[in-house]
Amino acid sequence: MNTYPQLLFKNRKPGETTFLDGFRKTGGYEGLATALKDLSPADVRETVKNSGLRGRGGAGFPTGMKWSFFPCDQKGEKYLVCNCDEMEPGTYKDRILLEADPHQLVEGMIIAAYAMQIPVGYIFIRYAYAQATRNLLQAIAEAEQANLLGRNILGSGFDFELHVHPSAGRYICGEETALLNGLEGKRPNPRSKPPFPAVKGLFSKPTTVNNVETLATVPHIITGGVDWFKKLAANPEGAGTKLFGLSGHLQRTECFELPIGISVRQVVEEYGGGVWKGRKFKACLPGGASTPYLRSEHLDVALDFGPLEKVGSRLGTAGVTVFDETTCMVSATLNLNKFFARESCGWCTPCRDGLPYVSWLLEKIESGHGTMDDIENLRGQMHNINGRSFCALAMGAMGPIDGLLRLFEEELIDHVKKGKCPFK
Amino acid sequence: MSELLPQEQIAAFKAKASSVAHPMEMVVDVLRAIQTENGWVSDEGVELAAEILGTSPLKVEEIATFYDKIYREPVGRLVIHVCDSICCWSRGGEEVATYLQDKLGIHLGGTTSDGMFTLLPSCCLGACGEAPAMMIGLTTYGNLNPERIDEILEQKRQELKP
Repeated sequence: MNTYPQLLFKNRKPGETTFLDGFRKTGGYEGLATALKDLSPADVRETVKNSGLRGRGGAGFPTGMKWSFFPCDQKGEKYLVCNCDEMEPGTYKDRILLEADPHQLVEGMIIAAYAMQIPVGYIFIRYAYAQATRNLLQAIAEAEQANLLGRNILGSGFDFELHVHPSAGRYICGEETALLNGLEGKRPNPRSKPPFPAVKGLFSKPTTVNNVETLATVPHIITGGVDWFKKLAANPEGAGTKLFGLSGHLQRTECFELPIGISVRQVVEEYGGGVWKGRKFKACLPGGASTPYLRSEHLDVALDFGPLEKVGSRLGTAGVTVFDETTCMVSATLNLNKFFARESCGWCTPCRDGLPYVSWLLEKIESGHGTMDDIENLRGQMHNINGRSFCALAMGAMGPIDGLLRLFEEELIDHVKKGKCPFK
Repeated sequence: MSELLPQEQIAAFKAKASSVAHPMEMVVDVLRAIQTENGWVSDEGVELAAEILGTSPLKVEEIATFYDKIYREPVGRLVIHVCDSICCWSRGGEEVATYLQDKLGIHLGGTTSDGMFTLLPSCCLGACGEAPAMMIGLTTYGNLNPERIDEILEQKRQELKP
């Protein structure tokens, strides 16, 4: 029983989608009305900055800071892009949100656009999210009808038009500059940064790219206020609630809205119902495929950005994937690495050629043909691959490798010594 | 060029392309429309898209060959994408992929001899809470096991009957 305050999941009902009438009944679009009537764009930006909201797409960049880079007062073409290319393995929260309550994103985007004085927005949505796409198209049509989108929104003089752009696959499209290239109809290779999107983004114009959940949180910060939002967290340095998508070896693999800073233990035991099949917790990914593993000594760590960074991991997308004691961590890491290797866009050599090489090393060790030299070679590849490309895909791929070497080195050595996988 | 898209749809796309500042933004929409109509995007499809958007076939080909959900080879009447990412892997995804290959009598990448199904791997489908999962067309099915897979495939066969 989830007794924590529900912001994003306020209207969530199993098997149903809330559209405009239902959304308004529970206070929907009051945040927008307040922002347009009582707050200047600078006030909204200040509020979001003070709230401590950090990006919910994986990187956790402070949202207020990102918005402060944007040339709000510049005239001409400017864009707000919502990144709905959710494809980080273990992550499905944005889909759940949009299948339940699409107007949250729409309202969040209008407020964000007002804050940064942006006239045009896009929602870049992955191919596989067909129902969410239909929901958003319906919500946008409703909002246009109700003078919540388009010209002179609610008589404020602010204009904002919103478009949905469905994609056609590939994980790299979730990288913000690859996404922008994809949106422009170019081959979605990432761009070398700088320049950053705030300077030269969509169609080379100033652009802010934010995640679905980040934008959907904005109306709640406006209506509830900064202090209220901060106090929702379970830990002193955290702010707000977070959608946690559970997966892997748990009794219950569902998506819950919980306070940021809740412990791994509480998520696993209370909300996940504990490890499945009466087995024991061995490891977990706290926030999606690119976040280094946690072990049982980390069960009491707070699921928040800062605390996880302190233990060598990251909150990422808060997709918590649990592994039980029968899991071979070398095998799990190989699966993760093969994902990243296949999803490389191919542009930069350290990623395109480095990741398959790491897969080869892991395969060699997992199949029992590895040597101690191979383990050292694996460690060396982290240095060769990390931070040497246009984007962070390869760096993310090194997350599991880092976790494996740091926390499960014994398992690697065991494979080498035994000449086979000890778990088979 | 044989009719890859209805004439009215081509006209509508062309009208939109000539009215917007950045027609190439429409390239994925056009390719998906051609694929919806024909099952896949042929060389003629690439040329048609280029003509609609006022660009070169090479510029369209750059896009068409990047996305794993745009098929540049003929496919069966339905494409099954089976997830092989970590959450599905942790809950029997490999066994699901093996079962599908055995049941359909094809390897990953193949098409059944009756032309019904093409089987391809996919990265994470965003159904991690219902792992293991597969996507057929644009519908995702989770909590898979052999019985459920049999049911789904049979249902699809029934739906495709003339």
